[in-house]
Amino acid sequence: MWYTGIHVVSAKWGSVMSAPAMGTTKTAHSDVAPKKKRGPGALATAYLVIYNVVMTAGWLVIAVGLVRAYLVRGSYHGLYFSIEKPLKFFQTGALLEILHCAVGIVPSSVVLTGFQVLSRVFLTWAVTHSVREVQSEDSVLLFVSAWTITEIIRYSFYTFSLLNHLPYLIKWARYTFFLVLYPMGVTGELLTIYAALPYVQKTGLYSVTLPNKYNFSFDYYTFLILTMVSYIPLFPQLYFHMMRQRKKVLAHVEEYKTE
Amino acid sequence: MTSQGSRKAVVFFEVEILDAKTKDKLCFLDKVRPLHKYYPQWYAARQSIRLDPKGKSLKDEDVLQHLPVGTTATFYFRDLGAQISWVTVFLTEYGGPLLLYLMFYFRVPFIYAPKYDFTTSKHWVVHLACMCHSFHYLKRLLETLFVHRFSHGTMPLRNIFKNCTYYWGFAAWMAYYINHPLYTPPTIYGEQQVRIALIIFLFCQVGNFSIHIALRNLRPPGSKTRKIPYPTKNPFTWIFLLVSCPNYTYELGSWFGFTLMTQCLPVAFFTAVGFIQMTVWAKGKHRSYLKEFRDYPPLRSPILPFVL
Repeated sequence: MWYTGIHVVSAKWGSVMSAPAMGTTKTAHSDVAPKKKRGPGALATAYLVIYNVVMTAGWLVIAVGLVRAYLVRGSYHGLYFSIEKPLKFFQTGALLEILHCAVGIVPSSVVLTGFQVLSRVFLTWAVTHSVREVQSEDSVLLFVSAWTITEIIRYSFYTFSLLNHLPYLIKWARYTFFLVLYPMGVTGELLTIYAALPYVQKTGLYSVTLPNKYNFSFDYYTFLILTMVSYIPLFPQLYFHMMRQRKKVLAHVEEYKTE
Repeated sequence: MTSQGSRKAVVFFEVEILDAKTKDKLCFLDKVRPLHKYYPQWYAARQSIRLDPKGKSLKDEDVLQHLPVGTTATFYFRDLGAQISWVTVFLTEYGGPLLLYLMFYFRVPFIYAPKYDFTTSKHWVVHLACMCHSFHYLKRLLETLFVHRFSHGTMPLRNIFKNCTYYWGFAAWMAYYINHPLYTPPTIYGEQQVRIALIIFLFCQVGNFSIHIALRNLRPPGSKTRKIPYPTKNPFTWIFLLVSCPNYTYELGSWFGFTLMTQCLPVAFFTAVGFIQMTVWAKGKHRSYLKEFRDYPPLRSPILPFVL
């Protein structure tokens, strides 16, 4: 076929396309060479800079909140409660990124972006928020910290890219930290979903049984299990894709550096 | 692509064919010989030949003389991948739902609890739904065999997996609930609702069939010409006055009727997804009609009169 690799959709900054069901990942492809095909206008660029700055700040707030709570409490258990509100706010705010793609000011695939953002929002609201009993689990801290570091780097990456002043450090961080953060986040997510299972089964949360007048049924417990299973094919694909991107992006820069 | 000899002067063409990605020279023809004689694995249906590596494919009917090339023509080749005929795909993707639904209807073992194996539903609407669903897919199968005239013979092989997953998956999902021992027949307006739904369904089935016949008659056998469809004597085709793709309109209507008949949420989902997909197709078709025909009737909408 013409194109190598089906996953590569657009070659530019602003692509939010990494792990569909995995919260942690950084975004992939894109930024090898800023070929501005249909970049945003001046107004859209201004808006995007503001958006990315706000998001960077938001996740920094969460990071600081986690550190402070740890120092105050003296332990890393139950830190979720101290950053619950900003986490929900800023992670949910990421839904705007789907809109950015749909409108065209960010040249990424709506589907891929949607998938990633929705999976994060799903974990935030439909698992962690909905099943109170898992909120004190350590696995929550695991994925929240992975997300926090990832997002701080990702949003600052976009900010700098939009301003055409991307420090190599940020680019390097974006394409290197995922090596640890991605598995870390996935582990946290899976453990959290797993912890939620018994409570979901017991209470029949979000489940619908027959008979009913719309002739429909849904078992949230089974759905969560299937979600966990879906990580098996998805995670390696995305992880290795990011690794390939890393080689391409960082090697490319190496070439420039040796000239 | 064909090459015609001229009657007055003899024009010799040399043709070279390059791989569009690597620009390697695949073959050089000073006589016109089919590409697949050199590369037998690339049978005709897989070949995409174009003048520009990123451009559109040339058609089978294009004549070498009439293309904007010099005496050495350079064409770019792209392998379209393994191909499968449209007829094969349609028969498979429609045969599945027909059979799967019946398996659920007859409550074949391992679907529902063992005490229900091979039992029949006590609701008459369930029998009606089975007849409608089966009729619908039988109609599709017969149309594939006897009515439709396809412009492309083949599509990429991977489509059959994608399409069958969609059709078979949804058919099984719907059939599971409609034929379930705990199925609840329409409660909102009961029997009245089912009757109206049936009328809508049948009306749209006839409508859809009429459109297919009208479209078939636009195109003589074996040809690939495209013409603007117009209303015929059949009243079901009068919708052409308002809509470019009334086959999709009627199809949507049929499934809407079926949703009403069964009052089943999965059916509503299937209808909604189908509606979205058909709207995308209808808009595309409408756009290509507008591009191809300057006198295209302006009153027409792609799929829903005045609305969409």
